Amino acid sequence: MAGQRTLFDKVWDEHVVHTPAKGLPLLYIDLHLVHEVTSPQAFDGLRSAGRPVRQPHRTVATVDHNIPTEPRGTPILDPIAALQIQALQKNCKEFGVPLFDMDSASQGIVHVIGPELGLTQPGMTIVCGDSHTSTHGALGSLAFGIGTSEVEHVLATQCLPQRKPKSMLINVSGRLGEGVTAKDLALGIIGQIGTDGATGHVIEYAGPAVRALSMEGRMTLCNMSIEAGARAGMIAPDETTFAYVKGRRFAPQDGEWQKAVEKWRSLTTDRGARYDKTVEIDGSKLAPFVTWGTNPGMVVPVDAAVPEMSDLATDADRRAAERMFEYMGLQPGTPIEEIAVDRVFIGSCTNSRLEDLRAAARVAKGYRVDPKVRAMVVPGSQAVKREAEQEGLHKIFQEAGFEWRESGCSMCLGMNPDILQPGERCASTSNRNFEGRQGRGGRTHLVSPMMAAAAAIAGHFTDIRDWKFL
Amino acid sequence: MKSFRIHKGKPAPLHRANVDTDQIIPKQFLKRIERTGFGEFLFHDWRRAKDGQHDHSFPLNHPRHAGASILVAGKNFGCGSSREHAVWALDDFGFRAVIAPSFADIFANNCVKNGLLTVVLSEEEVSEIVRRATEIEEYHLTVDLEQQKVHDGHGLSASFHIDEFTRHCLLNGLDAIGLTLQHEGDIAAYEARHPVPKAMRDFA
Repeated sequence: MAGQRTLFDKVWDEHVVHTPAKGLPLLYIDLHLVHEVTSPQAFDGLRSAGRPVRQPHRTVATVDHNIPTEPRGTPILDPIAALQIQALQKNCKEFGVPLFDMDSASQGIVHVIGPELGLTQPGMTIVCGDSHTSTHGALGSLAFGIGTSEVEHVLATQCLPQRKPKSMLINVSGRLGEGVTAKDLALGIIGQIGTDGATGHVIEYAGPAVRALSMEGRMTLCNMSIEAGARAGMIAPDETTFAYVKGRRFAPQDGEWQKAVEKWRSLTTDRGARYDKTVEIDGSKLAPFVTWGTNPGMVVPVDAAVPEMSDLATDADRRAAERMFEYMGLQPGTPIEEIAVDRVFIGSCTNSRLEDLRAAARVAKGYRVDPKVRAMVVPGSQAVKREAEQEGLHKIFQEAGFEWRESGCSMCLGMNPDILQPGERCASTSNRNFEGRQGRGGRTHLVSPMMAAAAAIAGHFTDIRDWKFL
Repeated sequence: MKSFRIHKGKPAPLHRANVDTDQIIPKQFLKRIERTGFGEFLFHDWRRAKDGQHDHSFPLNHPRHAGASILVAGKNFGCGSSREHAVWALDDFGFRAVIAPSFADIFANNCVKNGLLTVVLSEEEVSEIVRRATEIEEYHLTVDLEQQKVHDGHGLSASFHIDEFTRHCLLNGLDAIGLTLQHEGDIAAYEARHPVPKAMRDFA
């Protein structure tokens, strides 16, 4: 019905600066996050056009993508990576953009530190030259990834001309079972709707299973919206959200806080508002998932097997699967629990927050990593690392034989030295199992932090629902 | 921005679905701080065997497709990472247009910003172009943005849709930032109503 609006409509409408008669609506951007890999060409563009950064105080930069996760202070051996980091330092200085640099106590993966510092708030528009910007939608903001030309556009104008995406409701009923996490929910959704199931849409996640997620779980879910092709993922803010934001460094303080919360309470979808598309998921039917192929839609429950050719619907699916089987070194019909792993990566903007590390540590406690497996834990930020260490999680990991490293994107995309060797198989808590993503010839299986920790110990995938916690 | 009106060139078929930007330009090449020089790394891990030699089974390496300037691909082309380097690599390699049944959103946006045209045709039309490009020697295709048509002089003619504003920008090679800055008054008025939050203002 007219007049009744979705959460997405409300945040969108609030930020439209101007709608030209011919052309696209101009959307105001509240917060622009910047990192070293997708920004140098944008700053160059500003320089050559003689343009300043319009709103340096709405712009925050950090280094995350290509930095080593060796102890800080270790020289960066890759000269091109070092140059890219220096370029960001120089650009931030020249244009007055605040930077959480290598040595900052607030450095971390851009999508971890945004919420953690309270920069990310309900109702905001947030962009970053990174597709996983969808993460921030967990707090009820409209957050999406952009390319470098658009980074330059936002730096110069604090606006983006945008066609309004369509809306999609994903309603998750029921309750997630024991051992089934936000990551499994995300993988289950992508498995159902496909990697282009939400292209052109902004997803709103709703329903009891979503409401029951912690703030960090919601970030994991929204993070993977892009893997279903979505422009963004959002969750209406509620008490969980407000409790999370309160008291953070950039959160509204004192008298401002109550006013902000009152405003944020209006950020819910009106009863009767319409979505362009609706998907129903029964949360109670989901299992811990493992991907078997080379896109995140190729998922099966851990207690199932890699599909048989005859399970696949079309010729195109079978052709694609053949490539995937070959690349992944898998036979059709192999039970997932029989697949041995060489490496385990716990980290990335999907699953590197404190709760993720707690969950993985709970599994690892009292066990040893299989001697054939090399396992690493990469906290999402320096703050996560400090908090985890205060709780003694690093000791649990180290005693079990996991490497405990410095914060960054690390082996999620392998731009730094943390990469797979050709043929190595990895249980990874990251978001993409594309060919070569973690290193040329590397074989990635996406799982939750608990499933990754269990695979490290067992030496193969194993059903976390049967785990004996010590 | 480069303009696009009509382009006639050789198509190269890459008939795979869900080609992600990690394939188009693998991460080890994202560390350059320029916009140029990415072409030689386009589809690197597919084009080159592990010893660095060209893999001749990969369509782009086939002599028939040498000098191709139109890429013909499967659905959901350009999914995954937002890296504009993927578009810079296609452009630097010499591609002026990509034809596919569908494109990922961020990739399509990035293309427009670089004057690379994305053309959405049906699965059947794409398959037919792939077949012709594979079978017919010296096969050429014309992509006409003015008429919103793709034709080959061998009886194939297909119309495509593109929104009017994007078409206008591409035809005229308009500077997107310049267009936005024409609305300076509106932006300033919006900013006056929505000041930077105090904590952010006080920082740094």
